[in-house]
Amino acid sequence: MISIRQVSKWYGSFQVLTECTTEIQKGEVIVVCGPSGSGKSTLIKCVNGLEPFQAGEIMLDGTSVGDAKTNLSKLRARVGMVFQHFELFPHMRIIDNLTLAQIRVLGRASEEARDKGLKLLERVGLKAHAEKFPGELSGGQQQRVAIARALCMDPIAMLFDEPTSALDPEMINEVLDVMVELASEGMTMMCVTHEMGFARKVAHRVIFMDQGRIVEDAAKDDFFGKPRSERAQLFLSKILQH
Amino acid sequence: MAYNWNWSIFLSDTPAGDATYLGWLFTGLQWTVTLSLSAWLIALSVGSLFGVLRTVPNRGLALLGTTYVEIFRNVPLLVQLFIWYFVLPELLPRELGDAFKQLNPLLQQFLAAMVCLGLFTGARVSEQVRSGINSLPRGQKNAALALGLTLPQAYRYVMLPMAFRIIIPPLTSEFLNIFKNSAVATTIGLIELSRQAQQLVDYTAQPYEAFIAVTVMYLLINVTVMFLMRRVEVNARVPGYIGGSR
Repeated sequence: MISIRQVSKWYGSFQVLTECTTEIQKGEVIVVCGPSGSGKSTLIKCVNGLEPFQAGEIMLDGTSVGDAKTNLSKLRARVGMVFQHFELFPHMRIIDNLTLAQIRVLGRASEEARDKGLKLLERVGLKAHAEKFPGELSGGQQQRVAIARALCMDPIAMLFDEPTSALDPEMINEVLDVMVELASEGMTMMCVTHEMGFARKVAHRVIFMDQGRIVEDAAKDDFFGKPRSERAQLFLSKILQH
Repeated sequence: MAYNWNWSIFLSDTPAGDATYLGWLFTGLQWTVTLSLSAWLIALSVGSLFGVLRTVPNRGLALLGTTYVEIFRNVPLLVQLFIWYFVLPELLPRELGDAFKQLNPLLQQFLAAMVCLGLFTGARVSEQVRSGINSLPRGQKNAALALGLTLPQAYRYVMLPMAFRIIIPPLTSEFLNIFKNSAVATTIGLIELSRQAQQLVDYTAQPYEAFIAVTVMYLLINVTVMFLMRRVEVNARVPGYIGGSR
């Protein structure tokens, strides 16, 4: 489904990604973790072409992301993305946030788009808030709306870029619950997150990054059982000690 | 100092006999308003266009935007007006230049002043549009693109609606400025409000009354604009966002 081969990226002369290679199968849930500045967010943004990369290749369902001939907008419409800071459009009602791309990108009729939007809002437990504005919802609610907005496009895969890092602790679980449910339905997911509980519960594989490199790419049990790299062991010991 | 106040001067007929002095002032007021509003339309559209260009990920377009802004905001307004009115018609191809010079003189003055004020103010508006766009969280554009919107769609539906809301206060200042700046048109002979005030002084030797009346008229214009823009600001409020809570 998503195949990342030898991807490298530079900001000027500073290399942020070094020959990253991995493969995500249909229905797989991958958690990407690592210290801040390790390139996790950059890598996930490369997957749908929000960040350009200078070397290597990323194939998304058979289409090359880096190819200049690829219609990126069309490709992105097929992959959902959820951001750290939600990024709902503040001047639009919740329901309009959900229908905008359905109408403008997929060409759905506004009735159809609305029905779809309401259905997904119901699924994340927020149907009653359809006519509110994003600023009137809590962070956790906004993030659930953002997930619903991405799902409205019937994506073939979902990318999560630290979806819970900007949330108050008591709101993290409501968002994780939605993600767990999504994973259990067989959605292909790539999640940059520090939520190791989530990783333990639903991930098939865990990728550990450090200084722009994929240091460890292991099945979940192997990763939590006996990470091979010292760097990953150190990281785990630091975040799991509480 | 003995000054003879005479407010009834406004009701007396002008030497030409076709109007009262107050009538002169109203004609001037009409020209000022017409000139400023049409220049504002130019400023808003040109300014929005070039403001957007300065933020797009294309060096050529961004450079075009920068060039426009730097030229039009760094040359004094008065100099620009003289260039539009006196110099440009000479530089145009002969037929075009002649066509311009054969227009009704009033129309020549009006067109030159309108284009000049519009493009001068447009440069300032474009800086505000640019800063409005740049003040948005970067993630907004990414979120729009990630949903499959094209870059123009992202601007149209996501970025510009918020950017314009953010810059309503500086845009209001610019809108007020254009009415005040329109007084430079007097230098090429357009009979707008401040020009009529000078005429009144020449004819009646009642400078205090004339300039007090004109001051009040400019104030009225600007109070109206402020009131209007206040309404726009209230209507554009986003609940739960900046200035959105009541």
